[in-house]
Amino acid sequence: MAKNDLLGGSLWDQYSNKVTTLMNNPNNQGEITQEECDAAGHKLIVADFGAESCGDAVRLYWEVDPATDTIVKSKFKSFGCGTAIASSDMMAELCIGKTVQQAVKITNIDVEKSLRDDPETPAVPPQKMHCSVMAYDVIKKAAGLYLGVDESSFEDEIIVCECARVSLGTLREVIKLNDLKTIEQITDYTKAGGFCKSCIKPGGHEAREYYLVDILADVRREMDEDKMRSAADAGAHGDFTAMTLVQKIKAIDSVIDESIRQFLIMDGGNMEVIDIKDSPDYIDVYIRYLGACNGCASSSTGTLYAIEATLKEKLSSKIRVLPI
Amino acid sequence: MHVYLDNNATTMVDPSVVQAMIPFFSDIYGNPNSLHRYGTASHPAITKAINQMYKGINASDKDDIIFTSCATESNNWVLKSVWIDKIVNGDKNHIVTSEIEHPSVLSTCRFLEEQGVKVTYLPVNDQGIVEAHTLRSFITEKTALVSIMWANNETGMIFPIKEIGEICKEKGVLFHTDGVQAVGKIPVDMQDVHVDFMSMSAHKFHGPKGIGALYIRNSEALTPLLHGGEHMGGRRSGTLNVPYIVGMGKAIELATENIEEKMASIRAKRDRLEDALLGQLEDVFTVGNRENRTPNTILISIRGVEGEGMLWDLNNALIGASTGSACASEDLEANTVMLAIGADNELAHTGIRLSLSRFTTDTEIDYVIESFTKAVLRLRAISSSYAKVQPTPGGEAGECNIHH
Repeated sequence: MAKNDLLGGSLWDQYSNKVTTLMNNPNNQGEITQEECDAAGHKLIVADFGAESCGDAVRLYWEVDPATDTIVKSKFKSFGCGTAIASSDMMAELCIGKTVQQAVKITNIDVEKSLRDDPETPAVPPQKMHCSVMAYDVIKKAAGLYLGVDESSFEDEIIVCECARVSLGTLREVIKLNDLKTIEQITDYTKAGGFCKSCIKPGGHEAREYYLVDILADVRREMDEDKMRSAADAGAHGDFTAMTLVQKIKAIDSVIDESIRQFLIMDGGNMEVIDIKDSPDYIDVYIRYLGACNGCASSSTGTLYAIEATLKEKLSSKIRVLPI
Repeated sequence: MHVYLDNNATTMVDPSVVQAMIPFFSDIYGNPNSLHRYGTASHPAITKAINQMYKGINASDKDDIIFTSCATESNNWVLKSVWIDKIVNGDKNHIVTSEIEHPSVLSTCRFLEEQGVKVTYLPVNDQGIVEAHTLRSFITEKTALVSIMWANNETGMIFPIKEIGEICKEKGVLFHTDGVQAVGKIPVDMQDVHVDFMSMSAHKFHGPKGIGALYIRNSEALTPLLHGGEHMGGRRSGTLNVPYIVGMGKAIELATENIEEKMASIRAKRDRLEDALLGQLEDVFTVGNRENRTPNTILISIRGVEGEGMLWDLNNALIGASTGSACASEDLEANTVMLAIGADNELAHTGIRLSLSRFTTDTEIDYVIESFTKAVLRLRAISSSYAKVQPTPGGEAGECNIHH
């Protein structure tokens, strides 16, 4: 939010001239009939995507020459706003002359870029990106029908953000590598969630299989588990500095039980570990003397040196023992 | 021909209102709170505006009408100050409203929920109104306030304010109504209904934007929203916006004098438009019984034509209308009012609101009938809903998975 965001609402002003022109006069609006295709010995494919109850629906028609798999004619019908109609029109246009296999490679970004007046300025504002995504989805559906395969087989990987086309794999990797902690960081790094926002969390325009909030939570949990695992390994291998706090306390307690406590008890005393504080240079172990040790002259001199020396030797040279 | 049919969003300022306001910008510009002659020079005009307001809604002299900056402020003031007075500093914890209030009520209620207040959102019936009897069972001894609009902005449907007021009176609960879509459109008589607070906005009845008011029955206590220099008897601080107060007074006078006559004239045009569209086009539906609707409003649903697409074509024809649905708003949701009244999800994306004013002419209505019909025919020709060739087996669309 800043000066340029103060006056919102100029949605239509952000449409490119191409979007406006195609909305007013779509070139490829119409239907292809079975009779036409039969006459030419071609195959008719008709695919729907979306629904009126969603606010957007598109029907794509292809006349395909089976000898070459080439789309010789492509038409559309659309229930939708201006950008939905313009995107559908551009999508149909892009299909013409391509083979079905080539058409599957057309993405929503291709459709949106073809609608730009100049290469640098987006054809539609971010919240309208989903209209071009529908165009992309209906192509996959048509291709699946023609080739007799499931449309999901065209997808190499799971796409979480349809608008920016960001895959689950990419998101997981970027979160881990950059130690990302917030959705805003994910959007900054990948653009995912920056457009229609459906993929951020449930309850948006469109229900999604994966949401950024869940992916972030999962990856963060895995990262924490990894940290734990390496700490556990460190414990098993006696790498004291890499241990978690609990592991450190356990390790210190076991050294004290093994080598120190018996001597204190012989003199009618004892000790307990109160806390451990890590700093880059030292690991401070706070202890409290109990029984006869409490107030004994040696507790701040000889006994203390002995405890510290033992812990240093057995665990880490960074240890300092501080009685309180 | 330019035709503005979005008068439930805002209206043209009546030129005679502008004339009434002009002296108070550069001639009589003193602060009314000043002691000198320049300050007091505006007092007669402000007094006149106050009288016009009281007369416009037939308020009693015991009541307060406080000028605010807009109805959003008035709505916020009532909800937040009742919260402070009766919930934070009292023993209540509950507010009742309806699910189709204006965002300035709904968003404030959601904010109050975040602060721990319990809020009940009453459902509406298939006419889009709250039935008074449904209110009764939701009022508890913990209820601090009932806030229900007088007329709805999307549908124009008029709520049973008199009955709701009686229930609130009987239960001893404060009653606020957002009167923005009622005042100036239908008779509003505060001595005929039991309403404790009513919000109003000048720009909905040909007054200027940036000025509203809050009616307060019997000068009921209500902590101020704006603290400051004790203006308006300490109820609402901020230097009095003299030209706009004068404008609002003039506007309410013009809107409410001979209101029955004005209503009949607007309604005749509205009904002619509605009848023509329903008669000429198949598969179109209007929402709500005309007899119980503000006389200027039509919410019409056009099967197979998405709302924003329709607005686009109307805009190309120089007609301004609105849709609360689908792509038009940033959150891309269906028209919540239409969903609330139980319309099919399909139709919730096809609602177009046409709202007339007393300045709408018969020639304009003729032009709109023609242009509207043309737009529907063009968009239905493109619409997948009206396509003839059916999908290849397996090519049908899945269910809509939007969370409505």
